[in-house]
Amino acid sequence: MTDYAIELNGVCKSYRFFELQNIALQLQRGTIMGLIGPNGAGKSTTIRILMGLVHQDRGEVRVLGHRMPQEQIAAKWDIGFASEDMRLYDSMTLGWHISFMKSMYQSWDDLYAQLLLKRFKLRAEQKIKGLSHGQRVKATLLLVLARRPNLLVLDEPTTGLDPVARHEILRELTAVMVEDGRSILFSSHNTQDVEQISDQITFIDRGRIIDSMDKEVYLDRWRRLRLEAPDGVALRALPGVIEIQQTGRLAVAIANAFEPHLPNAYESSGARVRAVENMTLEEIFVANVERSREEVNA
Amino acid sequence: MTEFNSVYTVHIQMFVISQTDKRPMYLQIMEQIKQRIAVGDWAAGQAIPSIRQLAADIGVSVITVKRAYLELEREGVIVTRQGKGCFVASDSDLGTRIREQELARHLDQAVRSAAMMGLSQKNLEKRIRALYDRVTDEEKEPV
Repeated sequence: MTDYAIELNGVCKSYRFFELQNIALQLQRGTIMGLIGPNGAGKSTTIRILMGLVHQDRGEVRVLGHRMPQEQIAAKWDIGFASEDMRLYDSMTLGWHISFMKSMYQSWDDLYAQLLLKRFKLRAEQKIKGLSHGQRVKATLLLVLARRPNLLVLDEPTTGLDPVARHEILRELTAVMVEDGRSILFSSHNTQDVEQISDQITFIDRGRIIDSMDKEVYLDRWRRLRLEAPDGVALRALPGVIEIQQTGRLAVAIANAFEPHLPNAYESSGARVRAVENMTLEEIFVANVERSREEVNA
Repeated sequence: MTEFNSVYTVHIQMFVISQTDKRPMYLQIMEQIKQRIAVGDWAAGQAIPSIRQLAADIGVSVITVKRAYLELEREGVIVTRQGKGCFVASDSDLGTRIREQELARHLDQAVRSAAMMGLSQKNLEKRIRALYDRVTDEEKEPV
């Protein structure tokens, strides 16, 4: 057994107007990875490739040790996959879906399914066509979770949900992690969700991975420094700083490789450091995407 | 199954991770654990939730709670015993020490902002004295 639930190496896929370039990522067993990026960045394509739904042009994909897409049948018994475009049968009840899944998967946990019904406030007798968007999302997740798969792959599980439903789902996902060795990969536009529950963060933009690392390390590397320059001096971007903006004497520097000595370095160049602030993933997201676009345009 | 039930029965609702709090989540968790110890809810030497358990209870990533526990261990607030789990340090003065640290931090911040504003030492002392009088007066007054 490998230590990775998911491993992608040199994965490429070309479409007429979009190209996934040289994707490499590793999801360690027992961890949650959040995949973030703007619309059309390649998140869903990456997920479809690792589920074997789209075949890569080049590169190696292993999921739970199985080569994809070749060994997808064997792999899928142990993967719970949910995405927006997954359909339930409208004219059937949720209970019917539950019995169907139960007959398919030996790993089905009926008690857990009952518990999830209660927690998600769903009713087995209800037909799918009568469910709201939020209830559908929860129903789909219930059907996936109660199989107790070792790996969950969720494409935008919280999109379009109200705050309460989002909370319930995030809670359920973190509850899964109480057991050792379970892994989750999920994509989201919601940086708050990703910041809250993921152990690893992977950033995709324009078909490339910009960053992929431990969340705590990642958030720690970014800082915003509020500086006051001596009269008539334009402050420079010191090593570790990716962007500095100055109007008059006040400047804001964004560091993506922050080191504790950076404020001192500014102090010794004559500036006064008024504040060193942590950044939210949302702020990092925006700064990162803007920077990568400038590089592309340059 | 029991494992799953326990996630919800041991609900530690009182942990609140705030999005408007500018500090990183691991610092917020550290502080809330310290508060619990300072007020005596978590007694010296008492067993505390495992990292995975607390992460699930609060609904945050394992890595964030792991970092909070590591830092707390470094500060001597909690101890991890191999194979037995995590415990509040068995130091009877821990509550006092944490409150002392908290006070030192607030004073430090106050003095720094005063210095930044160019406030004299005397002036700062005067304001602290006035504040002290006001707060103790408020405590005397019946509500």
